[in-house]
Amino acid sequence: MAEMDTSGGGGHKKGPGVKKGKKLSTRVDLTPMVDLGFLLITFFIFTTTVSQPTAMKIFLPKDVDKPEEQNKVKASAVLTLMLGKNDQVYYYEGDDPTKLQPTNYKAVRDVILDKKRRTDTADFVVVLKPTRDASYKNVVNILDEMTIDAVKRYALVDLVSPYERDLIKKTEEANGIK
Amino acid sequence: MPKVKLPRKSTNIDMTAMCDVAFLLLSFFILTAKFKPSDALTVSTPSSVQTKIAPEKDVVMITIDKDNKVYMSISDGNRNQKQDVIDAVNTSQGLKLSDLQKANFVKKAGSYIGVPFSQMASYLNHSPDELKGIQIAGIPVDSAHNELTTWIAACKSAFQGTHMNLIVKGDNAATYPSFQGVKNAFIKNDEMKFQVVTNPVSVPVGTELYKKNMASGSKAVN
Repeated sequence: MAEMDTSGGGGHKKGPGVKKGKKLSTRVDLTPMVDLGFLLITFFIFTTTVSQPTAMKIFLPKDVDKPEEQNKVKASAVLTLMLGKNDQVYYYEGDDPTKLQPTNYKAVRDVILDKKRRTDTADFVVVLKPTRDASYKNVVNILDEMTIDAVKRYALVDLVSPYERDLIKKTEEANGIK
Repeated sequence: MPKVKLPRKSTNIDMTAMCDVAFLLLSFFILTAKFKPSDALTVSTPSSVQTKIAPEKDVVMITIDKDNKVYMSISDGNRNQKQDVIDAVNTSQGLKLSDLQKANFVKKAGSYIGVPFSQMASYLNHSPDELKGIQIAGIPVDSAHNELTTWIAACKSAFQGTHMNLIVKGDNAATYPSFQGVKNAFIKNDEMKFQVVTNPVSVPVGTELYKKNMASGSKAVN
């Protein structure tokens, strides 16, 4: 009847009647650590399978010497982009290289889209002429730009005539050689 | 009232075991992460929005490093083709390579060609691991003297029947003339299609390509 049930559930009591401060528990809850562990696992699972380099396909036009077999382009629908040194791009429209204007890789998108808007989609052609000072990165970026802006017809051309090269040099000097 | 003592069990689960398993799994995945055979040629490729994965089999890879040096390698799984290529070039250029030298190219993983024909014999005396620190001249690709044309022609005949994946892996800092030389070697061999290795980046928001992707749902654009 006067039994005191001191056993069962909860902590151990030192002894009846001993009033002591709470004994701090030494048990660490490892749940957050396990969460972290699994997060790291999933991270590694995803990154090891996803880090594969991608490839950009390039189709080169056949070298044709006969002028009648070359693709006919309307001069007014052509935008020529010349890639110079120090990530500079010089562009002109149509046949007139004297109106050479400088731009950079960020602004060139607006230039392309602007020209695209003003021309028939069937006729719009972008001619890419990298110079000897253009870096490989520039070339790949401009080709990527063609895909981003959905330009259907573009050509990578090797020859930059001495006349155009002079114009580039003059434009560089006018804007301060960088 | 009958004293019914419900046996009270502790509800605290000991998480130590679970933690052990988690870290074991983690270590497993870290260690089995595929490490690409460390290329002797470090190239930082430019980025592009392309989503097609670069091929890894039946690959002839032309590497252009930041000093505009051109190297050629063939994927390790294509030993027969490697053998054919080195034999063809040996006979056509009269290099008189010994079997050991040929084996250094054919049998060793990650081997690549990086010297003009004149230096081939001494170059092939070393295995790819020995070559890691040494500076080599690269294959000449200038318009006057483009040796890559011969190499590509040999690859083309070696890969007859199977599809050959021509890929170009160039460094950001390489300049256009070396790429032009590589391009000309392809054109001379009538190889008009090739692929350029890039890092994937996401399509910038608001551009034409982005809108096209959104319109066609999750279909990959190429």
